[in-house]
Amino acid sequence: MREKILRLLEGNAKLSAGEVAVLLGEDEKKVAEEIKAMEDEKVICGYHTMINWNLMPDEKADAIIEVKVAPQRGVGFDRIAERIWQYPEVEGIYLMSGSFDFAIFLQGRSMREVAMFVAEKLSTLDSILSTSTQFVLKKYKDNGVIMEKPEKDERMSIS
Amino acid sequence: MRNPLSKTIESIPPSGIRKFFDVVNEIEGAVSLGVGEPDFDTPWHVRDEGIYSLEKGRTFYTSNSGLKELREEICRFTLRKYNCSYTVPETLVTVGGSEAIDVALRAMLDPGDEVIIPEPCYVSYKPCVILAGGTPVIIDLKEENRFRLTQEELLSAITDRTKILLLSFPNNPTGAIMEREDLEKIARICIEKDIFVISDEIYSELTYGKERHVSIASLPGMKERTIVINGFSKAFAMTGWRLGYAMGPVEIIKQMTKIHQFAIMCAPTTGQFAAVEALRNGDEDIELMRESYDQRRRYLLDAFGKMELPCFEPEGAFYMFPSIKRFNMSSDEFAERLLKAEKLAVVPGSAFGTSGEGFLRISYAYSLDSLKEAMERLGRFIGSL
Repeated sequence: MREKILRLLEGNAKLSAGEVAVLLGEDEKKVAEEIKAMEDEKVICGYHTMINWNLMPDEKADAIIEVKVAPQRGVGFDRIAERIWQYPEVEGIYLMSGSFDFAIFLQGRSMREVAMFVAEKLSTLDSILSTSTQFVLKKYKDNGVIMEKPEKDERMSIS
Repeated sequence: MRNPLSKTIESIPPSGIRKFFDVVNEIEGAVSLGVGEPDFDTPWHVRDEGIYSLEKGRTFYTSNSGLKELREEICRFTLRKYNCSYTVPETLVTVGGSEAIDVALRAMLDPGDEVIIPEPCYVSYKPCVILAGGTPVIIDLKEENRFRLTQEELLSAITDRTKILLLSFPNNPTGAIMEREDLEKIARICIEKDIFVISDEIYSELTYGKERHVSIASLPGMKERTIVINGFSKAFAMTGWRLGYAMGPVEIIKQMTKIHQFAIMCAPTTGQFAAVEALRNGDEDIELMRESYDQRRRYLLDAFGKMELPCFEPEGAFYMFPSIKRFNMSSDEFAERLLKAEKLAVVPGSAFGTSGEGFLRISYAYSLDSLKEAMERLGRFIGSL
């Protein structure tokens, strides 16, 4: 049942426990308890709203920064990652395989703000060997959601 | 000038669905729960295979019966899913299930032969029987039997001239299914009375009970007297590709192929290549769509319950068939008033046969958000009556 609940909430976090119960043909109380348990266990770690900031008047700058670091003895990459994730500007940080170590997702009010963050804060951390900043020009699909305006239902209305 | 038209075609009324379609189209901003096709796009890997076949220049005719590769995959699919063992010569690829029904009837009927059609059912059966020179004999299915065909109903419709029973389960418009025990009773009668069955199983992948679809052809003694009709429209969300198939005894399929050859030549090639991919790698797609339909089905049942709209629990296809008898109006009138008052389009049950009178066909091939909006409108309308 957990996976089914998660798949529904992943698609629409606004569904109430009652609605999830109807959709899955389960008991509402059982579903509510399961959701609570998953929240407690941090399987569900939050409820976010998907926003297409492109449609808002205030500009935002998103960037992906590839970072190479020198891992530290005993704690590997984890200690450095922890340093980096403390910054509120950092939306996400992943340890990667391949030609660099961390992929960091940043959002700032402007490209300049992002650039200054990289130059003044990120690059100056001891273990960081190099950074390479790529700005996002347009988001087409994010978290499985296509960001363009939804297409019209082109089916015949009665068939 | 002489009348250019045949008396037969003039005697056939236009589809009841079509009539309502014209009304809906005139109303701006109408929300429709009237479609009979999936709201999903054809899975991308299937579309991609179609595109690839065009890139490779596979724009030729296929053999009349369809690509051998496709027919082999259809045989594997049918064995895997329904435990029915067919061979390539027993399989004909057609332009949708619709063509398969027409061709099967034309291959099997002589003037005066009777075809038993349980209603409510899809709108094409009766006209196709008439066009093939047969005589339709209607059985009015009942809600108290959950719109399943009973042996008593079948027995009372059989005459010396009965040749074919046309079954369609899971059913459009009721969402009813026939389980193994139901089919066994029907099969026994068909064998005893020497009646053939055309079984339209186009919704076979969309069932929601504990047991999955059972094909009547899989029952002992039935394969040799059954033509199974199926296709890609509902299972793989491929309605617009127009691709279906028929499976049955070689001597019937052979004659059907003859008609198909003279009338159609072969089913569209691009779709046939795409369909091979669908059958090989589409099981997961089917499951995802099925689960989604099932959730919406439960949502609508719950919503109907809240607005006290009685509805038997449908276990197949993607339709609900609630009863509106307590409102003392015809289903036509209900649908028209609903459309006018709330701009919500549903199909009157009477479009699917006289036994559909007093019911509505409500499709749940829509997103949950659309269904929520529609249920608000329906609830408001019922509250106002």
